[in-house]
Parts: sequence; C-alpha cells; structure tokens
Amino acid sequence: MRIVTVAGPPSVGKTSVILKTIAGLESAAGHVGAVKFDSLSTLDDALYSRAGVPIVTGLAGSLCPDHYFVSNIDDCVEWGHKSNFDLLIAESAGLCNRCSPHIHGVLGVCVVDALSGVHTPRKIGPMLKLADIVVITKGDIVSQAEREVFSYNVRAANPRAVILSFNGITGQGATELGHHFISAPNVESLAGSRLRFSMPSAVCPYCIGETSIGTDHQRGNVRKISFGGTAT
Amino acid sequence: MIADLPTRSLGDLQALHPGIAHVLRLADPSEPKPDMDFASWLETLDLTKLNRAGLSIENLCTHVETLVRQSETLRGPLDFSLKALSLIAGVDKFGGAEAFDLEIAVGEIVCIVGPTGSGKSRLLADIECLAQGDTPSKRKVLINGAKPDPTLRFGSNHGLIAQVSQNMNFVMDLGVGEFLTMHAECRQATDADGVVADVIVCGNELAGERFTAETPLTQLSGGQSRALMIADTALLSASPIVLIDEIENAGIDRRRALDLLVAREKIVLISTHDPILALMGDKRVVIRHGAIAKIIQTSARERACLVELQRLDARFTEVRQRLRVGETIDDEKFEVRWMR
Ligand SMILES: Nc1nc2c(ncn2[C@@H]2O[C@H](COP(=O)(O)OP(=O)(O)OP(=O)(O)O)[C@@H](O)[C@H]2O)c(=O)[nH]1
Ligand SMILES: [Zn+2]
Ligand SMILES: [Zn+2]
Repeated sequence: MRIVTVAGPPSVGKTSVILKTIAGLESAAGHVGAVKFDSLSTLDDALYSRAGVPIVTGLAGSLCPDHYFVSNIDDCVEWGHKSNFDLLIAESAGLCNRCSPHIHGVLGVCVVDALSGVHTPRKIGPMLKLADIVVITKGDIVSQAEREVFSYNVRAANPRAVILSFNGITGQGATELGHHFISAPNVESLAGSRLRFSMPSAVCPYCIGETSIGTDHQRGNVRKISFGGTAT
Repeated sequence: MIADLPTRSLGDLQALHPGIAHVLRLADPSEPKPDMDFASWLETLDLTKLNRAGLSIENLCTHVETLVRQSETLRGPLDFSLKALSLIAGVDKFGGAEAFDLEIAVGEIVCIVGPTGSGKSRLLADIECLAQGDTPSKRKVLINGAKPDPTLRFGSNHGLIAQVSQNMNFVMDLGVGEFLTMHAECRQATDADGVVADVIVCGNELAGERFTAETPLTQLSGGQSRALMIADTALLSASPIVLIDEIENAGIDRRRALDLLVAREKIVLISTHDPILALMGDKRVVIRHGAIAKIIQTSARERACLVELQRLDARFTEVRQRLRVGETIDDEKFEVRWMR
C-alpha cells in the first residue's frame, strides 16, 4: 500500500487538492482510503464520502494534535491493509506551524495557500521545510507576480521539495500531483519508522488540564520570554 | 557534500542567496559572524535552541548545501527557449475524435472562444501540465516539435505559463515600487531599479489613471491592477506563455497590452467572451463539447470590423464616463460625433 501524508494550515485547500487528485487518477489510483486528523471538529468526512472515498476521522480534542497523529498513524496503516487499499492518504490540519507529521520513507506533502502572504513560507517550520512536495493553492485569485514571489520563498525555505501550483476548484495541477501519488513508496508497516522531525516537547501542568496562571502553577517544562534590557 | 563548504565564510554564503541568509539567522539569531567559516560556526550552535527553531544540524547542512548548488548553477525556470507549441488532437466529451491539432508560434496571439463549460479551461490546463495523452481530453503537448522532458513536467513549477485573469488581485500590503523590487530580486534581475521603473511606466501607459511607485498595491483600481499585472508579466516574468482570462475593458488599452507581450516574444492565449478581444488574435480556436471544433484565421474584413467595434467601444466608454461624473450627453456637438 502506498501512503501519503498531507499537512497544512487550516482551510488552505487540503481536501480539495486530495479529492481532485484522486478524481484525476481515475482507476490508476486503485482502491483509495483516507484518514482525516483534526483538532476539534471536521466536516471533511462528508466531502470524502460524497466522493466515494472511505474515510475515518480522528479528533485530537484536548491532546496535542501532532502527538495524537503519531500515536495513531500505525493503526491507520493497519486499517488500510485490512480494507485492501492501494493508496492511503492521511490529511492533517489544525497543527501548529512548528509541527510536522512527515515520516521518513513516506511521501510527505505540505499544502500552503498563496493568499497567506509572501512571508508565510518562512514562518512555517518542519511541516514545510521537510516535505517532499509543496503544493501552492489559490493562485487563481492573486497576481502572477505575487505567485512568483511566493514560490521563490517556498523554494528558499525548502530547496529540495518539488513545488506544484494547484487550483483546488478546477483541479489544475492534479495530473502532476497524481503522478507523485502513484509513485509514492510502498509501505507495509510504520512500526519502527521515524518522524522526520521530533515533536515539540510538552508535559507541563497546563498540558494536563491546569488552568490557573502564576509561577506557583508552572512546573516541569517551562521556558520564559526574554525581554532583553527593555525593562526599567 | 560540497567539498569546500566547511571552509567558506558565513558572509560569502549569505551573499549567495537570501534563503541562506534567512536560515543562518534562524539557526543563530545572535550577532552576525560574517568572517567565521561554516564548520566552526556549526560547532558553536546550541542543539536545543536549534531544535526549537525547527532545525537540526543535519537538515541545516543539506538546506544550505542545496541552496548553494542552486544559486551556483543559476538556472532560470526554463533552460531552453520556446519557439513553438503544438497540441495534438485528443477526444471530445463523448469520446469522438477531436478535429484539429493546434500549432502556435512565438509572437502569435490565439483567442479561445466557446460557451461556458465547453472546455476552454481544459485546453489551458492541458498546456499547463504538458499533457501526454493522460488527461481527460487525451491531448498531447509538444514543445518545439518534440515531447517535453518528463522532469520538466513533474518537477517544480516550470513557469511555462503566466496567468492574468479578472479574478486576480494584489493582496500584499506593500507599495507598487517596493513589491516590484521584491519581484525583481526573485528573478535575479541585473538592473532591478531600471526594470522596476520600466514596469511602472508601461503600466501607466496601459491604464487610464496614473499610479506611482508609492501607490499601495491594494489601492489600485481594477484597471490599474490589470495594467500593472500585464506590464509586470511582460517585463519581469520569465514565462514564455501568457494566458489571459476574461480581462474586462476597465480602462485598459488592450491593443497596447497585447503588443507589449508579443514584443517580448511571448505566446499569448486569450480565453474570452468579449468580441473585441476575440478579434484581436491572429486566430481563434472554437471549443465545443471539450474539443477544438474549428480554427478560424482572423480575416482582413474582420479586422476592418474590429476597427468599427473599437470606435463604438470608445464611444460607449465616453458615455459611461460622462454619466458617471454627472455630466449629460445632451449637447449637439456630442450628438453629431455620435451619429457620424
Ligand atoms: N479560489 C480557490 N479556492 C480554493 C482553492 N483550493 C481550495 N479552495 C477553497 O478553499 C476552501 C477550503 O478548502 P478545503 O479543501 O476544505 O481546505 P482544507 O485545507 O481541507 O480545510 P480543513 O481540512 O478544514 O483545514 C474551500 O471553500 C475550497 O473551495 C483554490 O485553489 N482556489
Ligand atoms: Zn480538509
Ligand atoms: Zn503540537
């Protein structure tokens, strides 16, 4: 089974990109299934179902969505095998820009939208920097010049990635991305695989439900802002 | 690993590519150390801080190395010059054979006409992705008469096509001049200030109303935006094919815009319902049921009609302008000219 992880900030067009790409592949994709990771809620399952793609949703709720992703992805792979998928797509949203769900040996796609401002590619961490493919959406509503600057900045942030423009509404770009989907590495199991980048460390009282503010409640992994010499 | 990377100074590396300067600063926000060599600098880094910035020594090295390679080979988006583009016929929506191939030479203007939903965007998308019989239309695209290299097709944004459409807007919060300078830097233009000034002059020639380098991008009117987009595409974009999708006549001089693009050896494709634009091309391609149904060369008589249509259009614009500013068209002189 081929596996693709697709990550990106909320509402950039991940689901549109995935569904248009699968539709463009027609029978070449084989049997496709998807898993959607989100924080609190998602309506994506309806979109996948309507497109005839079996979908399982995982809501991280009060957990860090990335930690939730890693602790569940191998179960997803097992579900994929049981369902006889040829291609499994894991879509994750609602993540902080520091995080990255990409796994060594698994095709990692990061979706960003050209509307988000030309400096955004620099602000996104390993999710973009360590992706194999960076897909840029919504180029249909910004000027050619801004698109070129945006893609230049993506290239500077991740010089090794393949960069593709995609129109999530018309599906322009689906042929190119589809080619990469069906040549993704075959993965039997993720047990023993490694993330491309460590998850942010958590575990402080706030991680486990503390709500009071003040030094008395800050224990464990605490780090403070430096105000330099600006205080009087 | 590039053999001499460890011994190069940070200052030299930084000067190669703004992306290198950025990642060095990200890894080490303290005082810049332009004289230190790369290897010794790596030794000074605090791994915990590096991790917090979303970096590791390993990916920092590959990052810098890849950018050094890319900036030293200094390859433009295309490493060949486009002379001709061909579209080999595929099938229509019902699987029937498409009647025509399409050949376009550099400097030609081709208009694409057909009802909404007839397959105009499919044709443009086929060109954009350099289709090889593997899109729903089954068309094949040839570049300079030959099948394009697959790395061109599936590699990064090949930048073959630049697009200008009615839906596009400038979204950045910058002045015209500032933004164009940024674009010129990405294109590694040798005389950035000169090009920026040229784009502004050209943009002003195309737009009715004046704008300057200081005008904020987001305050440009529809016509000014389109004019600036076209001037920028002609003078600063590397893409040899320009696709124009439904630009309305919001005070932009369309003839001059097209001349400007063609003078830059571009292939211009215009998808439109506007009769004036449709007649400005060297030929028009008629799309029906997802396939090319006809290719019509613009005839001399049609060109004569175009002149008449443009006269009417100018008249119409004048009336609109007068009414808009609260004038009347109720004077004899105006009527005489009108009835001419
Ligand atoms: N104009 C334009 N709109 C797009 C494009 N791609 C997606 N959209 C629109 O953007 C909105 C969000 O798209 P989704 O595909 O749901 O985004 P997502 O990233 O999956 O969203 P979440 O999973 O909820 O984070 C939808 O209304 C899409 O129609 C594009 O290329 N151009
Ligand atoms: Zn989604
Ligand atoms: Zn997190």
